[in-house]
Amino acid sequence: MRAALLAIWEFVVGDDWRIATGVALALALTALVASAGVSAWWVLPLAVVGLLALSVKRAARHASR
Amino acid sequence: MSGAEIGLALSVFLACAVEAVEALTIVLAVGTTRNWSSAMSGVGAAVLALIAIVAALGPALTSLPIGVLRVIVGGLLLVFGLQWLRKAILRAAGLKAKHDELRIYAEEAEAARGTGAQPAAFDGYAFAIAFKGVLLEGLEVAFIVLTFGANQHRVGLAAAAAGLAVLSVIAAGAAARAPLARVPENTMKFAVGVMLSSFGMFWGAEGAGATWPGGDAALLAIVPGVLLVAVAMAWTLSRSAPPVIEVPPAVEV
Repeated sequence: MRAALLAIWEFVVGDDWRIATGVALALALTALVASAGVSAWWVLPLAVVGLLALSVKRAARHASR
Repeated sequence: MSGAEIGLALSVFLACAVEAVEALTIVLAVGTTRNWSSAMSGVGAAVLALIAIVAALGPALTSLPIGVLRVIVGGLLLVFGLQWLRKAILRAAGLKAKHDELRIYAEEAEAARGTGAQPAAFDGYAFAIAFKGVLLEGLEVAFIVLTFGANQHRVGLAAAAAGLAVLSVIAAGAAARAPLARVPENTMKFAVGVMLSSFGMFWGAEGAGATWPGGDAALLAIVPGVLLVAVAMAWTLSRSAPPVIEVPPAVEV
């Protein structure tokens, strides 16, 4: 069971858990902003650019060591 | 066919083709060096397992309310797509080794030869390696078929696109009788990462209650926008960091 859960985690989350956490937080923020009656479509594009840039930068730094 | 359906079919076809090329390399390696019938039995068993997964999870996903489905599917696609895109950017920038089917084929064949003489009737090694290779590569495709298909209630269309991609790769492999080293895998992976991230972002935001300006037409801006950002990141990285030689494992996204 533990191995199966680990495999699912590895399959979905992959190398960088921060991406999954960031996406979950961005979706929650989108829901929060939308529920307040404010336009919320811009939250995910900003989050995607930020998350991708940070993750790639971190991986590049790690690869260059 | 709507623009979203074309995007669905194209994304699934590309993702499936690239995974099928990788699975083909593994099956070719164990088939030619060990035992073809055992390797093909492994392929058949893996395909049956994948069909069972899609058949079991497809109806469960499509029965969810559309808002819940879009948040779940959008979030998963976005996480999955960003992982693909991240690796594609690192490969394009020279910071991660590109997939090389000829090298992977040589490594798999060498490993298969190193396990000793195969039994006459059934070769468990060839079966296990072919099964594992097809199942692991196929799981990603099953995930994409399920998420894309369920969200638009077009699991059939997604499965058809996946089937067409597999048949195309099998036909090309049978014609070449060698690993498909000339398929532009890394470019295809870049494209799949862009599509998964774009559709994930679109559906995730809609599921969370946001409304895109222009509705479905927003995808016409989102997809090129994500592509532009990814290309810019790869270009910036390739100019600022020295290339890194890294040998990837045989089975990898």
